[in-house]
Amino acid sequence: MSAWFASAWDAWLWPLLLMVIQSAVVMVLLLVFIAFYLLADRKIWAAVQLRRGPNVVGPFGLFQSFADLLKFVFKEPIIPSGANKGVFLLAPFVTAVLALAAWAVIPFQEGWVVADINVGILYIFAISSLGVYGIIMAGWSSNSKYPFLGALRSAAQMVSYEVSLGFVIICVLLVVGSLNLSDIVKAQDTPYGLLGWYWLPLFPMFVIFFISALAETNRPPFDLPEAESELVAGFAVEYSSTPFLMFFLGEYVAIMTMCSLTTILFLGGWLPPLPFAPFTWVPGVVWFILKVSAVFFMFAMVKAFVPRYRYDQLMRLGWKVFLPISLVGVVIVAAVLQFTGWGA
Amino acid sequence: MSLASAFFYLFASVVVASAFMVISARNPVHSVLYLILAFFNAAGLFLLMGAEFLAMILVVVYVGAVAVLFLFVVMMLDVDFAELREGFLQYLPVGALVGIVVLIELVMVVGSWAISSEAPRLAVQKMPEGITNTEALGRVLYTDYLLFFQAAGLVLLVAMIGAIVLTLRHKEGVKRQNIADQIARTKATGMEIRKVKSGQGI
Repeated sequence: MSAWFASAWDAWLWPLLLMVIQSAVVMVLLLVFIAFYLLADRKIWAAVQLRRGPNVVGPFGLFQSFADLLKFVFKEPIIPSGANKGVFLLAPFVTAVLALAAWAVIPFQEGWVVADINVGILYIFAISSLGVYGIIMAGWSSNSKYPFLGALRSAAQMVSYEVSLGFVIICVLLVVGSLNLSDIVKAQDTPYGLLGWYWLPLFPMFVIFFISALAETNRPPFDLPEAESELVAGFAVEYSSTPFLMFFLGEYVAIMTMCSLTTILFLGGWLPPLPFAPFTWVPGVVWFILKVSAVFFMFAMVKAFVPRYRYDQLMRLGWKVFLPISLVGVVIVAAVLQFTGWGA
Repeated sequence: MSLASAFFYLFASVVVASAFMVISARNPVHSVLYLILAFFNAAGLFLLMGAEFLAMILVVVYVGAVAVLFLFVVMMLDVDFAELREGFLQYLPVGALVGIVVLIELVMVVGSWAISSEAPRLAVQKMPEGITNTEALGRVLYTDYLLFFQAAGLVLLVAMIGAIVLTLRHKEGVKRQNIADQIARTKATGMEIRKVKSGQGI
């Protein structure tokens, strides 16, 4: 028995346990961070509109997100009688689980990653393209008009913006020569510090990536699937209590994923902005968090001061502006790499 | 039993079960959702075989794009199940006959199928050592099979243009937004200042 246990422990029990522990640590830390990013989002939004924002629960309203969590959990989940019950309840879980799954491959610092796989960037791309299913399932199973319209909009929007997102990622991959996220960060480690990160040489791609990331995560100005002035709350109309919380959480986790992906692809991940003494003393994970926060600040500011796009304008921007530019970008980057011999 | 084989049995059984549910589910939307589950677990099987690039492409292309469009269409269909089942008994004998004939043919073909023991050795391309399978696939596709790869791309392009030509209609009398015109407007071209005498109007 003990011999069997020892061999099983070495073969798969210990690796499995290690995987579970690492995933749990990443997930818990991520959720705690998101509670505060959520507050920051509301505070920034309020500051732009000359309001105070949440300031009652705890000092400066710091515990507002936790109060909201408790409120959602203790409310009654209502399932519409005409809803397709199984799919209706599955949808929020699909959204939340898929959003969290992407974090398995994000490197926080050199070696600090749950799964250091060869095709990390493709994995994130695949998982984020699955995020649309939660919304479509919610919209269809609610058996109601506004959610259905929201789901249709979301499906078209996410499929459209994935195309240009994919081309931008291809540009970065061509320069790096690897699909591994840690390799992408290491390739940006040059003596020029922050000038060697890819935001500068691939600046147009950086802009397209940022805007497409907004569209991919249904953030304003591209929040048409839940446009409250047109569709009440879009796909989430019929949801209440914990299922709604799952949607909300999934959305913010997806936003954090996109922020950290922007950091890894264009802002040098865990690398210090200047590659010498006082900056290199700071642990990489601190730089990573600072950069993700900076990108999140941009997300929040865009939400605060850009008006919502009309649907045909959204489609025009995706297909007629971003797709040609990113396609030409891929050709130019490939040509430059081929003829100059830079990159890998 | 190692961790990999445990996962193999998990993925394989989910693929088979969800493939069965695709054809047996009453609701077409449920069928598509089971199909997506089957794709997803098939990607897991690819991953276990070390074909990580294929696995991710399967998820990105089939699950992330093709199946979304499937679901899109099926959701919009208004299927009346009572009407569908109406002529069931009437058509049953013919349907069963066709099914049995196809089954017999399949059994005869598969029954006489033998895989040569030399088959694995005859594989045209072997997995090179020391590089990731993304790179290996790229090397094969863009060197030995470049012409076929480009031809396949051309076929897809023609299909895409065909689909656009078939569905593109320009309706008369629809106001379209011309972004370039809008941006090019200046104060001089956009408005006209007139002096209006009181009591006269323009």
